[in-house]
Amino acid sequence: MFSKLSYKRQRSVIIVAFLIVPLTLLGTFSFLPVANMFWYSLTEWNGFSDKEFIGLENYRTVFTDPEYFRVFTVSLYYFFGTFLQMGLALYFATILSFKVRMKNFFKGVIFFPYLLNGVAIGFMFLLFFQPEGGLDTILGLVGLGDFTTHWLGNPDVINISLAGTSVWRYMGFNFIIFLGAISSIPNDVYEASEIDGANRWHQFRYIILPSIKIIVSLNLILAISGALSAFEIPYIMTGGSNGSATFVIQTVDTAFKYGKIGLASAMAVILLFIVIIVTAVQRKFFSEDD
Amino acid sequence: MNGKHFAGSFIKYASLIVGALAAILPILIVLFASFKTGAEYTSTGPLTPPENWTNFENFKRAFTEGNMLTGFKNTLIILLVSIVGTTLVGSMVAFVLDRFKFRGSKLILGAFLLATLIPAVTTQVATFQIVNSLGLFNTIWAAIILYLGTDIIAIYIFLQFMSSISVSLDESAMLDGASYFTIYRKIILPLLTPAIVTVIIVKGINVYNDFYTPFLYMPKTDLQVISTALFKFKGPYGSEWEVICAGIMLAIIPTFIAFISLQKYIYNGLTSGSVK
Repeated sequence: MFSKLSYKRQRSVIIVAFLIVPLTLLGTFSFLPVANMFWYSLTEWNGFSDKEFIGLENYRTVFTDPEYFRVFTVSLYYFFGTFLQMGLALYFATILSFKVRMKNFFKGVIFFPYLLNGVAIGFMFLLFFQPEGGLDTILGLVGLGDFTTHWLGNPDVINISLAGTSVWRYMGFNFIIFLGAISSIPNDVYEASEIDGANRWHQFRYIILPSIKIIVSLNLILAISGALSAFEIPYIMTGGSNGSATFVIQTVDTAFKYGKIGLASAMAVILLFIVIIVTAVQRKFFSEDD
Repeated sequence: MNGKHFAGSFIKYASLIVGALAAILPILIVLFASFKTGAEYTSTGPLTPPENWTNFENFKRAFTEGNMLTGFKNTLIILLVSIVGTTLVGSMVAFVLDRFKFRGSKLILGAFLLATLIPAVTTQVATFQIVNSLGLFNTIWAAIILYLGTDIIAIYIFLQFMSSISVSLDESAMLDGASYFTIYRKIILPLLTPAIVTVIIVKGINVYNDFYTPFLYMPKTDLQVISTALFKFKGPYGSEWEVICAGIMLAIIPTFIAFISLQKYIYNGLTSGSVK
C-alpha cells in the first residue's frame, strides 16, 4: 500500500503522479504551439501540402502589405477605449467606496455586463446600433437626434461603436477589481486625512491612487493586451467588414478562411512579441517605481 | 458649504444613474423585444414595453429551432468536467511545487509562470494543428482539454494560496502517520476551499461565455454550446429580431440567476483571483 512506503518514496511517487498530466498538457497546448508557430511562420503552408521554407518572407508581407498592416490602426480604437474604460471604472469604484444610497444595486448593475455571454452582447449591440434602434431613440429623446448615423455602416464610426461595445462589456471587470483594492485601504487613513482638512479629491489623489497603483498597472497590462487581441465583439457583430477587422480577425481569416497557415503564424508571432514587450515594459516601469 | 455639498451629491448620483442606465438599457431593449410579436416589433419603438408580457412564443421558437437544449447540455458537460479537472490539476501542481523542493522544481514553476504570458488567442493557429492531429477536432474533448491545458491562471491562483497554508499542519499529520496523499486530500484540499471557489467562478465565467474555442474546434451541430447555438441565429433569423432577442435572453437568464444568488462569492472570487 501507498501509505506503507517511506516518505522519501512517497515523495517521488507523488511528484511524478501529480505533475505528469499537467506538464503534458502544458507542453502540448502551451509551449508546443508556440514552437510550431515560429516554425510555420518561416514556411509557406496551407495546412495540407508540404511545408516550403521561405525564410522571413511572411514577415515582410505583414509589414509591407497595407492590407495586413492596416489592422494595427484598428487596435488604436480599442486602445483608447481601454483608457476610457479604466477611467470610468476607477471613478465608479471610488464613489461606490464611500457612503452611497443603494450601493449594492449600483455595484451589481455596473458590474453585471462583464458576466454576460460574448455572443449575446454582440447581438444585443447589433440591435442597439440599428437605424432607429436603441441608440438612435435615446439620442432623439435627449435632443441629440442630429448625431444619428449608421453606427455599423459608416466606416468612420464603426470602430468607435465596436470599441464602445467592448468598453461596455469589460468595464465591470476593472470596476470590481478596483473596488476590491480600494476596500483594503484601512478606514482610519481617511479619518486622519479629514482631520487634516483633505477633501474627496485629495483623498483620491494622495490616498487611493497610490495604494492601488499596482492594481491599476496590472489592469493596464491586461487592458492593453486585450486591446491588441480584440476579436469576439467585432467578429460576431461585423465579421470584420467595413474596415473593422482587428489583428486577430485578420489572423484567423488568413489561416482558416484563406488557408495561409504560414502567413497567419507570422502575424501571430508578431502579436505575441508585442504583448510580451508591452508586459515587460509595464512590469519594469512599475516595479522600479515602488 | 452646504450648496457645494449638494452639488457634489447631485453629480455623484447623476453619474451613477447615467452609468446604471447605460448598463441596463441595451439589456432592457432586448427584454422588451423578446416579448413582442413580429408585427409589434416592427411598429413600436425599441423603448416601448411589449403589450403582452406573457407572450412566450419567441422563447419557444428560439429554444426549439435554435437547438438551445443541445447547447445547454453541452455547455453543462464541458463546464462540469473542466471545473473539476482544473481544480484537481491546479491543486496538485500547487501542492507538489509548494511543498517539495526537488531538482527542476524551480524550472517547472517558471514554465507555468512563463505560460501566463502567452495569450491563447495568438497561438490558436498552431494549437489547431495539434488538436487536429490528436484526432480531437469536432469532439467535445477538444474544448475540455483546451480549457484544462491552457488554464495557467488557475494554477497561479492555487500556488498563491498554497504558500499561505502552514507547513506545520503537514508535519503534525505526518507524526500521525498520514501519507502525502492523505495530507493532500484531507488537509490541503479542504483548506484550499476559498481558492477553489475563486477558480470555479473565474473558470465558470470563462467557459460559459467563451465563443472561439467551440466555434473553431467543434463546428458540428450536435456539439454546439450556448455561444455557438446563439451565433447560428445570425444568418437565418436576420430579420426576426424578436426571436433572436428571446435567444439572447435564454442565454443570459442562467448568468443572471447565478449572479443574484452568488453575488458575494463572485465579487470576492474575482477580486482575489486577479490580485497577483
